Formats: sequence, structure tokens, C-alpha cells
Amino acid sequence: MATMTLAKALNAGLRRALEADPKVLLAGEDIGKLGGVFRITEHLQRDFGADRVIDSPLAESGILGTAVGLALRGYRPVVEIQFDGFVYPAFDQIISQVSRLYFRSHGRLKMPIVVRIPYGGGIGAIEHHSESPEAYFAHTPGLKVVTCSNPLDAYWMIQQATASNNPIIFFEPKRRYHEKGEVDTEAEPMPLFQARVVKHGDDLTLLTYGPMVRTCVEAAIAAGEEGHDIEVIDLRSLAPLDMATVIDSVTKTGRAIVVHEAAMTLGMGAELAARLQQACFYSLQAPVLRVTGYDIPYPPSRVESAFLPDLDRVLDAVDRSMAY
Amino acid sequence: MPDPAVDDFVQLLTPDGERVQHPDFSFDGSDDVVAGYLREMILARRFDNEATALQRKGELGLWPPALGQEAAQVGSVSATRLPDYVFPSYREHAIALHLGVDPVEMLSTFRGTAMVPWTANAEGLHLYSFVIGTQTLHAVGYAMGMQRDGLVGNADPAANGATIVYFGDGATSQGDVNEAFIFAASYTAPVVFFCQNNQYAISEPIALQSKIPLYRRASGFGFPGVRVDGNDVLAVQAVTAWALERARRGKGPTLIEAYTYRMGAHTTSDDPTKYRSRDETEQWRARDPISRVQAYLLGTGAIDQAWLDAVDAESEDLAVRVRQGAVALPEPRLEEFFDHTVIDPGEVLLEQRDDYLEYEAGFADHPDTDAETHAQVQEAF
Repeated sequence: MATMTLAKALNAGLRRALEADPKVLLAGEDIGKLGGVFRITEHLQRDFGADRVIDSPLAESGILGTAVGLALRGYRPVVEIQFDGFVYPAFDQIISQVSRLYFRSHGRLKMPIVVRIPYGGGIGAIEHHSESPEAYFAHTPGLKVVTCSNPLDAYWMIQQATASNNPIIFFEPKRRYHEKGEVDTEAEPMPLFQARVVKHGDDLTLLTYGPMVRTCVEAAIAAGEEGHDIEVIDLRSLAPLDMATVIDSVTKTGRAIVVHEAAMTLGMGAELAARLQQACFYSLQAPVLRVTGYDIPYPPSRVESAFLPDLDRVLDAVDRSMAY
Repeated sequence: MPDPAVDDFVQLLTPDGERVQHPDFSFDGSDDVVAGYLREMILARRFDNEATALQRKGELGLWPPALGQEAAQVGSVSATRLPDYVFPSYREHAIALHLGVDPVEMLSTFRGTAMVPWTANAEGLHLYSFVIGTQTLHAVGYAMGMQRDGLVGNADPAANGATIVYFGDGATSQGDVNEAFIFAASYTAPVVFFCQNNQYAISEPIALQSKIPLYRRASGFGFPGVRVDGNDVLAVQAVTAWALERARRGKGPTLIEAYTYRMGAHTTSDDPTKYRSRDETEQWRARDPISRVQAYLLGTGAIDQAWLDAVDAESEDLAVRVRQGAVALPEPRLEEFFDHTVIDPGEVLLEQRDDYLEYEAGFADHPDTDAETHAQVQEAF
């Protein structure tokens, strides 16, 4: 057991993935000597060499396109997109190639590629550095989309993603990079595509992931002081969704609120609400609510605290749901 | 025909079938080898024409003809050998045939009975790519993998390999192609960029893509570029062999611009009469890649009419097989495609597949009401 930040946990997980399989390669902008702008790959080039920890030219499509070629050759590339807002130049390679070469080849060609993307806001950044593009990828057949919320998951999920033969978009909550947690580096981790009940409760279910998990746990504790017993689920996997865990919870509580930073329209909340009204129709005591970013581009940082879901907005929704 | 664009290209066999010398490149194969190229080009053209005819009869959804580009394809792919790896675009039919793809299976993609599963039996060939230029990056990545696998720059030349990637003149405007040039140059990746400049990207002439000859772009990226007469199979073979060997030895990428002409339409959905003149097409017909080889070999006596008749009979057999095989390709079932969308599908997708199967099964005992419904819809409209 060790205490480490989420950033260090990712670094340790990547180190272990590199040790475990000589076919694992890392590639991205500034990931070598610098160790990445967030230092997630710190010292990995020093210890594993420039052939395995590759500084890429500044071209995101090039990073993904060459990762496809490396995967065809039997390698397992783990590529870093420096910021969420810079993944779009690579969108075509991810959507048209990475996600569907398995399909196009009728299951012959595997694409064991992990695309690491620091995402989300709350760090006072300029534009293009605070986005939450997860729904684009979760909407795309052939892709798996996962996100960690804490150091323990970060440590294990990055290793599980790297060992998977599926292409995986791995979202890292950048505003939580420096939060610390206990990491058991020996205990068997839970399956990658499984949701986790972070806090048990009987009155209402908060469904969330990534940076919003801590916010929701804080809200659940605050709501507890007002007599509401809130359950919090960290989805961890956005594609595929672990609907069994979600449905069990909402069948029990009868109330659900989905919380994410990404814009509301056609986001993960829409998908979850649609599935819940179908699966839990007779259990629901209130409509499924959503607490999300607004349907505007990410605003300037001086107003991001008003844009982002926070404890008060979650509690407001809890009150509305409970009063229904 | 005065054409300043071809002044500086490598040519070893003129349109009249005359062997000529070039200071930097030579073709050293025997006339038997050349006859092998001729046979391949004739068969590829026959296959291509048959596929076009099948589309006209409604048996294929679409076909992109390679007519006129046989020398560029046969000449270049003949310079490859394992462990080289070939990344085609979507018009490289002669290359696919050369590497062992079954011609009938190839048509499954264009008939709509399959995605692109047919490269499985062609060792060293990647799938066709339909997004323009996308495959150039894949070739560079694969080449980077070969570097890491120790397949580049060994003392034993047979132990070395490289990739060759095919794309068109239009693709050179794509970001991916330019990024591929940059990655290949930065990492000295063993890759040959083989551009078939067939003068048109559907209707857009090369002048819209580039204000300088394409091969000269390579110098801006820091590696050599060579323009070759793309209708001269000997010159294409010689230049490609040189570029591949250079890559295998660890000297990095080369851009080859094979100067050729798309004699047919872009695809069977295209109408070239709207954007180019009959005169232009006729001028290129005089530079046909097949007739010049035939003239040369008949001149040296390496082949005779009986040889040509035998190849003609062989191509007729191929045409019959393709004609009959295409319409007999097995019809796919939708549920198969759920199974190779992802390796571990997860419950959400599996439930969707089961719902579909249950829905389909529900029709088993019901009479077909399509015609009646169709009539009602027509009336409602």
C-alpha cells in the first residue's frame, strides 16, 4: 500500500505496463525528456529508451495514424494527446481507422491502442484546455471509453487498458491529477469495464465519472446532513456502460441524477436517462435529472466555476428529485 | 507531344517499345521477367474491365477502375518481397492480384457482401483504405515497428524490409500525407511513398493540388523524390527497387511520383467527359503501358502471337470465373457484424444483437406484406 497522487499512480501504472510487455510503446508530444506537460510519463524515456517512449512531431493525426501502423506490426501503443481540445485533428484516424479496423477486417486485425486524454476543466486554463469530449467517442461503435477518478483506479485501469486488445480512449481528470489516495499495488483490481459503488445509500443515485466523482461524494455527504441517504456510482467505463450496476442501484433508490462536466445535449446523461426510463420505469419515483455543463463552448476561466457542476448544483438537483 | 512535365522523368521503355538508357536507373531483368509483367498487366486489365462490366449490370455497387495504371502497379509491387509490407489505397487491383488476393473475393467489398476481409490470404498486404491518404501514416507506423524489430540496416540484405504505400495525386493535399512525410523523415522510417499521379482527383486536375511537380515536394521534407514514367513498367520497377533497397538499408523514405493517367472514370459513378477532353485521353492512349511492352517483346522475339493467344485465353478464363463468382458471393447476415465490432462486446451490445435476432425471428411465420405496404405508402405520398 502506498499513498500517491493520481498523476504518480498513472506514471507508476505506465511503468509497470512497460515492464510487463516489451511490445508496449508510449508516444506523444513532449512525453520524453519533459515527461509530458503533466509529467505523467516522467523518467519513462530515461528508463525505457527513446525507442519505447517516443517524442512525436506535433501532429495528432500523425500520432494516431502511426499508432495504427505500429499496432498492425504487433505493438501496443499508448499515445498521449496533450489536452482534450487537441484530440480533434486525430478524430478521423480514431473514428475511421482505430475504432473499426477490427470490423473492416472481419475480426482479423486487432487495434490494441490506448489514447490517453487529460480532460475536463477547473484548472483556470485558456480555451481548448478544459473540454470533455467523451460522448463523441462513446457514441462510436468499436471504441471503449474509460475514465478514472482516483489514484487506485488510475494505477490499475491504465494497466488494464494497455493489456486489452481493444482500442481504448482513456480519459484522465486533469484537475484531480494532484489529489492523493491509497494505492494497493498488489491486490487484484476490479474488472476494467465495471462501475463501482463509491458510497452506498437508499434514497437517490448519483451517476457520475472522472472529475465529478469527488464532487458527488461531497454532495452526498452534505445531503446526508439533511437526511438524504445518497448512493454514488463511479461509472468508470462509459463504453460499454455497466448497466447492471446502474439498474440495481436505481431500482433500489427510485431516483437518479447524472452528473458530468460535458454539455448536456446528447451527453452521457441523455443515454443513461433513456436507458433508465426503459429499464426502471416502474421503480422511478422522479424523472432522471441531469447536472452538467451548459450547451455553450467552454467559457473563459473566470466564469468556469459557474459553468461547472459543483456541490451546490448537485444538491439543488437532489432537492428537486427528492421533492418530486 | 510537348509536355514539359515529363522532361525530367525516368523512362527506360518508350511508348514505341524501344529500350532507352537512363544515367541513374537501369532494369536488369531478363525478357522472361518482362513477359511476366506483361501477362500480369493483361490479366489485371481484363479483371478490371470485367468488374466495370459487372457494375454496369448492377452486380456491383461501385467500381474504381485501374485502367491505364497497370504498369505503375505491376512494376512497383514486383520490386517488393517479404518482409516488405504493402499499404494500398483503393484502386490497387493489380497489386492485390499480384500479392495473391482472390479476384472474386476482392469484389465482395464492391458488391456489398463484406467489408475488406480478403487481404487475409495475401501475406504482406494491408486492407484497402477508402479515406484519402489515411494509409500513409499506417505505413510509416508499420515501418517504425520494423525498425524496432531489427528489420532495417542489417548486413544481410535479405533480413531487411520496408513498407510501400500507395496514394494518388489528390491525396498529396491531405494533412495525413504531409504528416506521414514528416514522421517518416524524422524517424528515418523505411517507407516508400508511391504516388500514382493519374492527373485527376475525380474531376480536379493536378494543377489544383500542386503548383510544383509532386516529386519535388520531397526535398522540402528532407528526402529524395523521383518522377518516373508511370506507364513504363521497367522504369517503375527499377526506381521502386532502388527506393525500397534504400529504405531497407536504413537510409529513410523516398517519394516516387509515377506519372500516369487514369484512362477510365474515377469510379463507375463518375463521368469524365464533363471535365476532360477526348483529345487528351487519346494522347495518353498512345502511351499505353501494355502495348509498349508487347511491342518490345515481340520485337526481341521473347514472345510471339501464340504466347499472346495463350494469355488471352487465360484472361478469358479469369473473366468467366469473376463473372460467375461475383454473383455467387455469399450474402451476409447482419448478426455476423455484431460479432466483430469489438473483441469484448459487453452486455449493451449483446442485448441489442439479441433484440435484433428476436425481432427477425418474429417474421418467420408471417407472410411477406412488403408489396401491399409499399402500395399504401406510395398512395399516402
